[in-house]
Parts: sequence; C-alpha cells; structure tokens
Amino acid sequence: MIGVETRSKSMAGSSVEVERNRKRRKESSLWWMYLPALAAVCFFILYPFLNGIKISFTNWNGFSQTYDYVGFSQYTRMLKDPNTWLVVKNTLLYGVGSTVLQNVIGLGYALLLNQKIHMRNFTRTIVYLPVIISPLIMGYIFYFFFAYQGGALNDLLVFFGWDKINALGDPKINIWLIVFVNTFQFVGIAMIIYLAGLQSISKDYYEAAQIDGASSFQQFKNITLPMLMPSITINMVINIIGGLKLFDVIISLTGGGPGYASQSMSTFMYDLYFNRQDAGYAATQGVFMAIIILILSLAALVYFKRKEIEA
Amino acid sequence: MDYMGKKKKWLLSGVALLISAFHLIPFYILITTALKERGDFSSKWVFPKVLAFENFAEAWETASLGHALSNTSIITFVSALLLIIFGSMAAYPLARRQTKLNKFVFMIFIAVMVIPPLTALVPLYKLVVDIGMMNTLEIAILNNVASFLPLTIFLYSGFIRSTIPKELEEAAKMDGASTLGIFFRIVFPLLKPVTASILIISCVFIWNDYQFAIFFLQAEEVKTSTVALAGFFGENANRMNLVAAAAIMAVLPMVILFLLLQKHFVKGLASGSVKG
Repeated sequence: MIGVETRSKSMAGSSVEVERNRKRRKESSLWWMYLPALAAVCFFILYPFLNGIKISFTNWNGFSQTYDYVGFSQYTRMLKDPNTWLVVKNTLLYGVGSTVLQNVIGLGYALLLNQKIHMRNFTRTIVYLPVIISPLIMGYIFYFFFAYQGGALNDLLVFFGWDKINALGDPKINIWLIVFVNTFQFVGIAMIIYLAGLQSISKDYYEAAQIDGASSFQQFKNITLPMLMPSITINMVINIIGGLKLFDVIISLTGGGPGYASQSMSTFMYDLYFNRQDAGYAATQGVFMAIIILILSLAALVYFKRKEIEA
Repeated sequence: MDYMGKKKKWLLSGVALLISAFHLIPFYILITTALKERGDFSSKWVFPKVLAFENFAEAWETASLGHALSNTSIITFVSALLLIIFGSMAAYPLARRQTKLNKFVFMIFIAVMVIPPLTALVPLYKLVVDIGMMNTLEIAILNNVASFLPLTIFLYSGFIRSTIPKELEEAAKMDGASTLGIFFRIVFPLLKPVTASILIISCVFIWNDYQFAIFFLQAEEVKTSTVALAGFFGENANRMNLVAAAAIMAVLPMVILFLLLQKHFVKGLASGSVKG
C-alpha cells in the first residue's frame, strides 16, 4: 500500500543503478533479521487461524483430548441456526450503523472545527478523548447513564415526571445504544481524518468557485466532497472493520442480552466456546466471521477506491 | 472562511460549545456517581454535597487495582519494547532487500493484518493451554506482540523506504560496520517519528486490551485492569459508586498521558487506525 510505488522507481534508470541493482541481487535476504517476528506471527496468528479451519470441521467440545471429524455438519448447523442470523444481523447493524453515523457526524464536526472559531481546540480534544479509553470501560461509563436502576437517563425522566425506561434491557433499544456508544467513542478518529483531508484542499478551488458565483452548498458538493474521497475511503474501511469486530462494549453494556438479542458474532463465539462447550461450532462461527469481515472490508475498499478515481 | 462575519463566528462557536458539553456529559455523570456516598440515591445530575473520596480508597482495595494496573503496565511496556526492537529489525531487510523470499515474507505480514484476531480464538486458546502458558503475563505479551507486529512492520518498512537515504548505510558498510551495527547505530535513530507513532498505538491498544486478557488472564495474580474492572462490576453491580471510582482510576493514567502528548497521540493513532 504506502511505499509500494516508491520501490519500482529505483529499478529503472541509469547504468549505475542497474549495476547497483545487480550487486543488491547478490546480497543476502538478511532473513535472520525478521525471523523472530515471522516466527511469532506464524505461531500465534497464522497457525491458530489455519487450525481453526480444521476445528470447524469437528465436534470438539473445547477441553477433551478426542474429537471426531463431522464434515460440513457444523456449517449446515450454522446456516440453519436462527441465532446465527440474529447475530449476523446485529453485527451488520453495528458495523454499518456505526460506520454511517461516525462518518456523517465526524464530517460535520470536521467542517465546523476547521473554521476559525472559539473553543476549536478544546472541542477537538473533548471529542477525541474517548478514543484512548478502553471500550470496555466506555461501556461501563454509559451503563451508569442508561441503567434502569439509578441511571442518569432515568433520573432525568423521573425529574420531568415521565416513566422510567429499561433502555439496556429492551432489545429494540439496546442494539441502537450499542451503535451509539461505539459511535460516540470513535467519532474522533473520523473527525481527525476528515480535518486532515479538509486542510489538504487548496483554497484556490474555493476562490475560483466564489468568482463563478457558486453557493456554499455547490462548493461543498463539487469541491469538498470529491476532494475528500480518499479520507472517506479510509474512514469507511476502518469503521466497518471496527464495527464488525465489536466485542468489549457489548459485554459491558448489555452482556449480549436479553438472551441473544444484542450479541455480535464475536460475543456469540465467546459464549459458544466458554459457556456452552461447543468449540467446534464456535470455530465454525469464527471462520464465517472472518469471511464476512474480509468480504465487506474488501467491498468497501474497492467501492470507494473506484469512487475516488471517478471523482 | 476568513471573511466569516462576527455573528456567524459566535453562532458556530456556540455550536462547538454545545458539542463539547454533549461529549462531556457521560464523564460528568461518571464523576458525580463516583463521588456519591453509599446510600445517596439522589439524581446523578446533581453534584454531591458531601464528596465521598473514600469510594476511591475502597474500590482501589477491593478491586486490587494497584496490582492490576501494575500487571497492565508490565504487559504494555514489555510488549511495546519488543514490538519496537523486533518490528524495526524485521522491517529493515524487507524494505531494503528486494529478494523473492523477502517479497513473499512481506506479503505474509500484510495478509496476516487482515485476519481478525478473535476469529482464531478457539484454536489460539487450545494452543496456549497446550504449551502451558495460561495465566502468565508472558502469554499476554506474546499475543499482543504477535498481533501488532504486522502493522509495526508495515509502518516501519514504509518509512525506511520513503525517507531513509541508502547512502548513509552504504558509507557505513565501506567502513566495515556489521549489518546489525549499521541498523541500530545508523538507521534506527532516524526512525524516531514512526517509533513514536508505534509506541503510542501499541500502548493505547494494549493498555486497553480486554479481548486477549479475558481469555488468557483470569487468575487473580495476573489480572489486568480491564479484567479486574469487569470482575469488580459483576460483583458490585448494585454499588455503582465504587465501580465508577474504579473506572476513573483505571482510565486516568492514559487520559493524563493523552492530555500531555495530545499532538503525538492524534498523529500516531491516525497512522495506526488502519488496524482499527
């Protein structure tokens, strides 16, 4: 990605460089320098990942020494399991919902905080602050806000004489609260990336447009937005991957409940493995999750890259 | 935008003020919750009349936060150190020597970046049990290092390729310096900006890690701050004041660091958010 283009430049050119290239080819790969890193990555990521594919074809319970290969039966079970589709639906909601919100709000904040106004740096700092806080603890912080018993929201409702609501226990509301909390926490990243994008747009474009009498909305639509396409791509891909992997916030905010109502694929897998001794099936869900994340993030990348070229 | 009217400027500043206030609400509630006495069920929006600082002392003791924070610090510090040493060392030949083998190895590191760590949880857990490393700080360190190495190598190699002039190394080589000598004495000091970014990314994510910690660090003596807090919350769900106090103490070190080094944090995390 970055840096890949710069590599090819030195290959062409003068005979001195050709000579130098030939010399370099004879040089060793210095493989011993990356051996420790490669070993760690193979042992702790690559090998478990491939092993996971193997386990997904077994009925292993997670602790016994023996298990049987059951072919694709865990996969057919997965496709028939209504919980699978419930958690896939939730995971997509978390992924797509937070992506849309973070980008719309993040762009709005960036447009505002790119202007020379008072409180500019203070607001940026406050919006960004949650990024460095553990998502688990961020979930607890919002738990104090939304809790049925003694939560700040209900204190407010009671103050105005309204009925208390069980926001965290109601599956119609709590999945949206999870999207909200995740957005609240990470909107700062989107904002910063958009701010950097906005600052890289030359002022000349706007001056020319003003001379042509373009309205500020036309300027936004025809200059700002197309020039921001690279930032939009980065944000979309980051947010969709982050949202699809959501785990900590769900644990602290709702514990996945009631029942499976607010589980994501990550928390579902955790539950299958540790609470239901269903390791083979948990591995199957893991493979499925990897495939979904891969497809969606690649799709987002390709789609927005194409938009970038069009723009 | 330089010609913005005075009225508009104040209006927009007001909007910014509202946004700040909105984003501060949860933290305000966290603080009032933490400072209320046991049995004080007044609204969370009202700042307590009597400040119950004893909540902090009690939470610190009962959640054994001191021990948990020291575990978290050890894991974070050692992981970051190993990431920087082995990551930069690995990136150097991958950036400088374009052999077939090196191109292939670089591809492996990039491909691994795409694998969401949690999807390999079941087999990883089995592996850790098999090698007898459950409930050790070492396994948390190794897992964190392995999961951040690809990003580290990606950032380092990009930086070496684009900014470090080869001539320096070639001159040193003629003087007869060894490869490791050249790397650590000449190249590594020039990598400071990217090292700072990597330090910040890895510290923030490893400090806040819960996914690895909850699986591999469940014994009392190896609990990290997030695991301790989750356990503490489970046992004291009806005593929000204590949990809030514990939460404040658990996030405070990172918040202070952020406020001190804000610019570096923002820049560093932006380059690392590729990983998400």
